[in-house]
Amino acid sequence: MRLIREIVRPAQEFVRTFGAMTLFFVQLLRHTPWTLAKRFNLVIGQVFNAGALSIVIIMVSGLFVGGVLGLQAFANLERFNAEEATGILAGFALVKEIGPVITALLFAGRAGTALASEIGLMKATDQLSAMEMMAVNPMHRVLVPRFLGGVISMPLLTAVFTMVGLLGAHLVAVELMGVDVGAYWQQLQQSMDIDDVMEGIYKSIVFGVVASLLAVWEGYSAVPTAEGVGRATTRTVVSTAIAVLILDFMITAYLI
Amino acid sequence: MRQNRAVEFGTGLFVLLGMGALFFLTTQTTGQNDFSSSDTYTVEARFENVGSLKNRSPVAMSGVTIGRVKSIEFDGVSLEAVVTLVIDSRFAQIPDDSDASILTAGLLGSQYIGLQAGGSEIYLEDGSEILFTQSAIVLENLIGKFLVKSGSDE
Repeated sequence: MRLIREIVRPAQEFVRTFGAMTLFFVQLLRHTPWTLAKRFNLVIGQVFNAGALSIVIIMVSGLFVGGVLGLQAFANLERFNAEEATGILAGFALVKEIGPVITALLFAGRAGTALASEIGLMKATDQLSAMEMMAVNPMHRVLVPRFLGGVISMPLLTAVFTMVGLLGAHLVAVELMGVDVGAYWQQLQQSMDIDDVMEGIYKSIVFGVVASLLAVWEGYSAVPTAEGVGRATTRTVVSTAIAVLILDFMITAYLI
Repeated sequence: MRQNRAVEFGTGLFVLLGMGALFFLTTQTTGQNDFSSSDTYTVEARFENVGSLKNRSPVAMSGVTIGRVKSIEFDGVSLEAVVTLVIDSRFAQIPDDSDASILTAGLLGSQYIGLQAGGSEIYLEDGSEILFTQSAIVLENLIGKFLVKSGSDE
């Protein structure tokens, strides 16, 4: 009997949390039009926090991820005398998978944690309650702008990551390894379709919504203590990583 | 106020960079803009077998790519494959009795359509059909024929 209870209790708790998060998501969406119309400057500020401040880590990571992809692709394709296809391999990997996924993971680490701990601390120090006392809806003032900032930033960050990654692969393959520059781009352009690029963009939009939702939710539902805020920050990274990787598999399986 | 301006400037820069990157991805990494602009014309060709020809496979004349395959459909009445080709209008003087064959680039390469010029004075134009076509060579059929032939020789 105790065993059953110990299994059922966490499952029950998981379903309850999931339900609460879904309701929270609906709330966020419901307040989105109003916030966009009346508090757009707050959204801009959050695009700056989530997007513009993440640009350095995104570009540096993109450059080196692209570089290592170019290096691996070249080293293995060289065995078949097909080193011109380095562009195809690195390009497809970056545009369809690595670009959106790594950007989402970096976003969770760089911006998601900041969001969760900021909101969690606001809650722990009763700032959210204070706003409600002053008849200011924290949804409008705090939560929705942060959510939208993440949603807007993610596709742009992914595009920057992918572009820099392609240039990194170009640097390694063309400048370092001596693949013909014409062949590199020509072969990539010939085999890549607009649909392939769109797949990456769809993924980045979904990941943007999920990563921002999880960060805001974890912060908002944090236990209002120092320990609780710390735990919420950790959980943001863990749950975003798991959600993004599972969703990535599902979207790929659907679109392929 | 100063702080605010810096934030706005940074955000603007970030959004512009992101948009630029999206533009780069959609135009520079895809071959979409080849032969999809308005200065092209389309012709049709019917094949018994298209092999592994794909959308966007090249259409070549004398080995030079002059167009692309736009669509491959199956005609349920005549039981043939209908391939629509888009050809650059710079090459508007292709005789209408030219023949189209599906060829393979290299032994294991991808397939493309090769056009062989005919002698007619009338040229292909938008919507016309290439009447003389030669299907793809399917390697399995060739091997099958060869095996049957070498079997009957003994």
